[in-house]
Amino acid sequence: MDLSFVAIQALNGLASASSLFITACGLTLVFGVTRIVNFAHGSLYMVGAFTAATLVPWMLELWFGPVSFWLGIVISALIVGLLGVVIEVLLLRRIYGAPELFQLLATFGIVLVLQDLVVQIFGPQDILGPRAPGLRAPVEILGRRFPSYELVLIAAGPAVLAAVWFVLRKTRFGTLIRAATQDREMVAALGVNQALLFTGTLFLGAFLAGLGGALQIPRVAANTGMDLSIIAECFVVTVVGGMGSVPGAFLAALIIGQLQAFGILIFPKSTLVVVFLLMAVVLAIRPYGFFGRPEILGGTHAVGIASRKPMARGTLLATIGIVLLACLPLIGDPYLLKVATEILVFALFAFSLQLLIGVGGLVSFGHAAFFGLGAYGSALTVKWLGAPMEAAFPAGLLLAALGAALIGAFVVRLSGIYLAMMTLAAAQILYAIAFQWVEVTGGDNGIVGVWPSNWVAGRSAYYLLTLALTVITVLFLKKIIESPFGYALRAARDSEPRAEAIGIAVRQQRWLAFILAGAGAGIAGSLYAFSRGSVDPSLLGIPTSVDALTMLLLGGIQTIAGPLAGSAVLHILRDQIMPLTSLWRLFLGLSIIGMVLVFPRGLVGTIRQWGEDRA
Amino acid sequence: MAKTSMTGWLALGVALALGASAAQAQTAPIKIGELNSYAKQAAFTVPYRDGWRLAVEEINAKGGVLGRPIEVISRDDGGTTGDATRVADELVTREGVSLLFGSFLSNVGVAMADYANQKKIVYIAAEPLTDAITMAQGNRYTFRIRPNNFMQVGMLVEQAKASGAKRWAIVAPNYEYGQSAAAVFKRLIKESVPGAEIVAEQYPALGKIEAGATVSALEQAKPDGIFNVTFGPDLTQFVREGNTRGLFEGKTVLSLLTGEPEWLLPLKDEVPEGWIVTGYPWDEITEPKHKAFVDAYRAKYNDTPRLGSLLGYMVLYMIRDTIERAGSTDTDAIIKALEDAKFDTVAGTVTMRGIDNQSSMGAWVGKLVLKGKSGGMSDWKYNDGTSYMPSEAEVKAARKD
Amino acid sequence: MSLLAVERLNKAFGGVVAAHDVSFAVERGEMLALIGPNGAGKSTVFNMIGGQLPPDRGAVLLEDKAITLASPQERFRQGIGRTFQIAQAFHSMTVCENVQMALISHHRESRAIWTEARQHHRRDALDLLSQVGMAEAADRSCSVLAYGDVKRVELAIALAGEPKLLLMDEPTAGMAFRERAALMDLTHSIARTRRIGILFTEHDMDVVFGHASRILVLLRGEIIAAGSPAEIRENAQVRQAYLGNAPALTGAP
Ligand SMILES: Nc1ncnc2c1ncn2[C@@H]1O[C@H](COP(=O)(O)OP(=O)(O)O)[C@@H](O)[C@H]1O
Ligand SMILES: [Mg+2]
Repeated sequence: MDLSFVAIQALNGLASASSLFITACGLTLVFGVTRIVNFAHGSLYMVGAFTAATLVPWMLELWFGPVSFWLGIVISALIVGLLGVVIEVLLLRRIYGAPELFQLLATFGIVLVLQDLVVQIFGPQDILGPRAPGLRAPVEILGRRFPSYELVLIAAGPAVLAAVWFVLRKTRFGTLIRAATQDREMVAALGVNQALLFTGTLFLGAFLAGLGGALQIPRVAANTGMDLSIIAECFVVTVVGGMGSVPGAFLAALIIGQLQAFGILIFPKSTLVVVFLLMAVVLAIRPYGFFGRPEILGGTHAVGIASRKPMARGTLLATIGIVLLACLPLIGDPYLLKVATEILVFALFAFSLQLLIGVGGLVSFGHAAFFGLGAYGSALTVKWLGAPMEAAFPAGLLLAALGAALIGAFVVRLSGIYLAMMTLAAAQILYAIAFQWVEVTGGDNGIVGVWPSNWVAGRSAYYLLTLALTVITVLFLKKIIESPFGYALRAARDSEPRAEAIGIAVRQQRWLAFILAGAGAGIAGSLYAFSRGSVDPSLLGIPTSVDALTMLLLGGIQTIAGPLAGSAVLHILRDQIMPLTSLWRLFLGLSIIGMVLVFPRGLVGTIRQWGEDRA
Repeated sequence: MAKTSMTGWLALGVALALGASAAQAQTAPIKIGELNSYAKQAAFTVPYRDGWRLAVEEINAKGGVLGRPIEVISRDDGGTTGDATRVADELVTREGVSLLFGSFLSNVGVAMADYANQKKIVYIAAEPLTDAITMAQGNRYTFRIRPNNFMQVGMLVEQAKASGAKRWAIVAPNYEYGQSAAAVFKRLIKESVPGAEIVAEQYPALGKIEAGATVSALEQAKPDGIFNVTFGPDLTQFVREGNTRGLFEGKTVLSLLTGEPEWLLPLKDEVPEGWIVTGYPWDEITEPKHKAFVDAYRAKYNDTPRLGSLLGYMVLYMIRDTIERAGSTDTDAIIKALEDAKFDTVAGTVTMRGIDNQSSMGAWVGKLVLKGKSGGMSDWKYNDGTSYMPSEAEVKAARKD
Repeated sequence: MSLLAVERLNKAFGGVVAAHDVSFAVERGEMLALIGPNGAGKSTVFNMIGGQLPPDRGAVLLEDKAITLASPQERFRQGIGRTFQIAQAFHSMTVCENVQMALISHHRESRAIWTEARQHHRRDALDLLSQVGMAEAADRSCSVLAYGDVKRVELAIALAGEPKLLLMDEPTAGMAFRERAALMDLTHSIARTRRIGILFTEHDMDVVFGHASRILVLLRGEIIAAGSPAEIRENAQVRQAYLGNAPALTGAP
């Protein structure tokens, strides 16, 4: 490797780092002030790119020159900033009172809505933006050509850092942002107009996302996959840097840029996994990233399962429910049974997450890891050992539990958003393995031919098997929730210092919870694999984790019936909307947003609240 | 008085309803199930849908097939294997469709093939490219129209031989399609160009290319030929960075699919001229049958036909011919009518090879040129697929049936 | 052998020295008060004894055994119970379940999964609750209690571990005057009957001088005086530094 090549590669890394930083910086600011993990940040980036790719050529047509180009970029970013304001005012503001996780759910909804809206407004085809006037020609660096626009990008990162620093240090708005990042309660107590502060922050965050996207147009055609491809990396940057820390984000982006530039030389196929490995390593060493700080123990009540009087006739109602479900094959057609089977599988999946989130307060963004491990464990046993379903089920369960034991060991040292991101990283690493270890896992085509044994090959039989396993696992997990083990887990959620002070080994308790939840998700994964006949990496992907979270949150994390109801509602919605229109993501997203607004504690939680209010 | 008239009306209504349903039984439409990623891959699937919709309209205007109109029941497959197989199940069990066609993504195609095998229903993959559909995961119920990876790479390697380049660099998206195309290329180039070596390989994640770094890395290896499999947003980035940095100068570049309007249109006037590609020069094909298709398509949609449009149009006509020859919608009869059958399509005569259910549809190979404000192909030639298909021995070794 | 011996504990947060060479001992059955203005470092000392914070230097000995780096869990097992300055209870549970939870942990049953937590040690829990005067509220949710009541529940939780040493960081903060006296009387009698050593901090001087057997005065992380209430009352340095030369520490309101 000669010097000029190393230098060019480092410059390439710097250019990527700058673009990443500009976008991620907005995410970290928004998180710092509002504590919202904004999944829609990537969507705002995408809107920025589409807007610029449409607006800038039009402006260049009016008057060709650098001024029109850069003005167009800034106007596009401003438009996205206003979109951020609209989102804040119309949606987020209404749910600040709700648990923080609920705001996350709302942002999932926004992601779906924007995906379809972008296609409707800008058309489905990629839009190649114009190159920057005056920067079309490359410059010569050490005898190699280097695009001059990339040099501008390299400068843009530090420029944005300086501008943000100025805003944070030298303006009243910035002082408030910093104060809110450090102690949200304090700002509220100081009588600051919180609504205005949040709107302003969302504007700034969205503006930066839009700027990040708009600056991409001379390099990348605006395309509909941009939102999801940037958001995961933005999360990595903000988490590695420390949530809420702008300099941290800058440093993290620099490291990631170089890692990618040089990583592809050593491991050309490692691209998917490198950034997540970095995040896992950093969090293992520094649990709050480079410059993050522990969340201040506030008086905010953790939400989740709470003690309540056992419902009168609860057992009777549950029994009736199970019997009715068992009678479904008598009236349902095969397709209904298939849908019912999938609902049960996802109900179990969401329920296993409930043990972590609702009971343990451990918000996992990577629960798909265990679902996927269960599915792959079964499928691999079938494929490589020729084992029957009866042997494949325990294998899936075992693999999921082992995976959970391993991942859990790293994760339980963390808390809050860092824990969530570590689980996400773990799931993404597994995803990359499933995706790239083609010889064993079949890569993205996955493994097919995972069909059940003869005695349950029929739809009704498999449905009943799923029902039986789901009911048994749910009852078992319910028992655990009410056992001393579950109480101790909840104790650690309610107050970690108190739990430690009465001798509860919090980390071990959580580690065991991960294993149990992982095993539960593993059963669901195995059931799913055999119901579908195939597995593929998407089972381990972020959308699968998001599904589990959505179901759980829709149903309500305070109740045991919540995840069951949530999975039924989401699955039925999707099943009903998808055949009706190709705008199904728009409608699904709107439905989720609508439910967040109407049922701020989840379906079951809110309905129960209504009941209690009336009583 | 009022009462009798009421009863009269009722009786009339019942009679009409009965009569209508009796008439319907004879001309009840033949239901065909279709699924594709219309939301997530709209840029490719919508033209494809326009293609088959045009065909349905034409066929039904001419009286349908077996005296019955064709009704295509179309669903979004969600772009995931889970949604696709569920939707397929709904089409089969609820709608009672006679056969299925569609899907865009390779992994969805593979899952659909397996589903077809399990549920014993015919599935025709129009677009997915992965060899697996007709090779390792191939089965009696699954058919494919489009020339697969192996065939298209084979056509490009032939060009590589002519170019004389020996030091090859590969850039391919890091997923099954890219990897298998790269693997086929490595194998075929060594077989047909003595002394050829692979000097660099880059596998950027799909949709996440670090174009600058990738171009520098390829440049560093000083190849005299580049084999490109990237497409979509990755391709535009790669082309821009490569052009600016002079990567392509003086090199032979082979590129899979880049000549298809799907990928050329977004490149606008920045097409990398001189690249040797497989593609679809829709505006230069002069066969009257094809011209008629293009005219009809443009008249109806006022849009450029894509390769997807052609495939959608072709697949529906092939389905019509199949059903007509089968004389029924019975699955076994349909399979019989498909295997080793010849079809007279807008793209010429196509044979559905029986041993692997891969059609012999070929591809257009030529050089990219800039024509006005967008790209096109020059010096192109239609290569019939027959001579590029995997050998029978290979098929037998790969397939389980 | 003292129950607890603290030797030259040091702790600094960045530039702030929260504890400097803090040494003292607590005897069985004794009520030792640690006083000092806000920010003096009282909670920091508590947290180093309770295991929530590791000291920079120094040693903590319980019955002559070094526990300086032991986790809070281990310290609980060895007989240290505590309450927090900001009351820490399990607010998703009922009052009784809070105490049951502590009993479950004390009996090392927190890994049990086949039994119902609610059925464990309910009677013992009710006993403890009636000692702190919270038996009536046993089945109410902890989240609806008044702050003073949560502090009482915390005391019951701490007692559930049958501690030898009880650390109470501002146990009466947030309580009405009458309540304070009652709680401290109760604590006092527990210390005496069970021979528990109690270390507490308190801002209410009536409480301090009324109940402490000895008093330590902490200022900017250093102990500036130690002695009986009478000695402390007379100590000029304390009056000067801590009490801003208040006329007298009589204990009158
Ligand atoms: N976790 C911490 N990080 C930084 N400084 C701290 C921390 N805890 C306490 N301090 C500082 O240490 C000093 C002593 O605090 P503390 O022990 O809480 O005092 P007290 O309990 O006597 O009011 C104060 O200046 C406080 O700001
Ligand atoms: Mg204190």
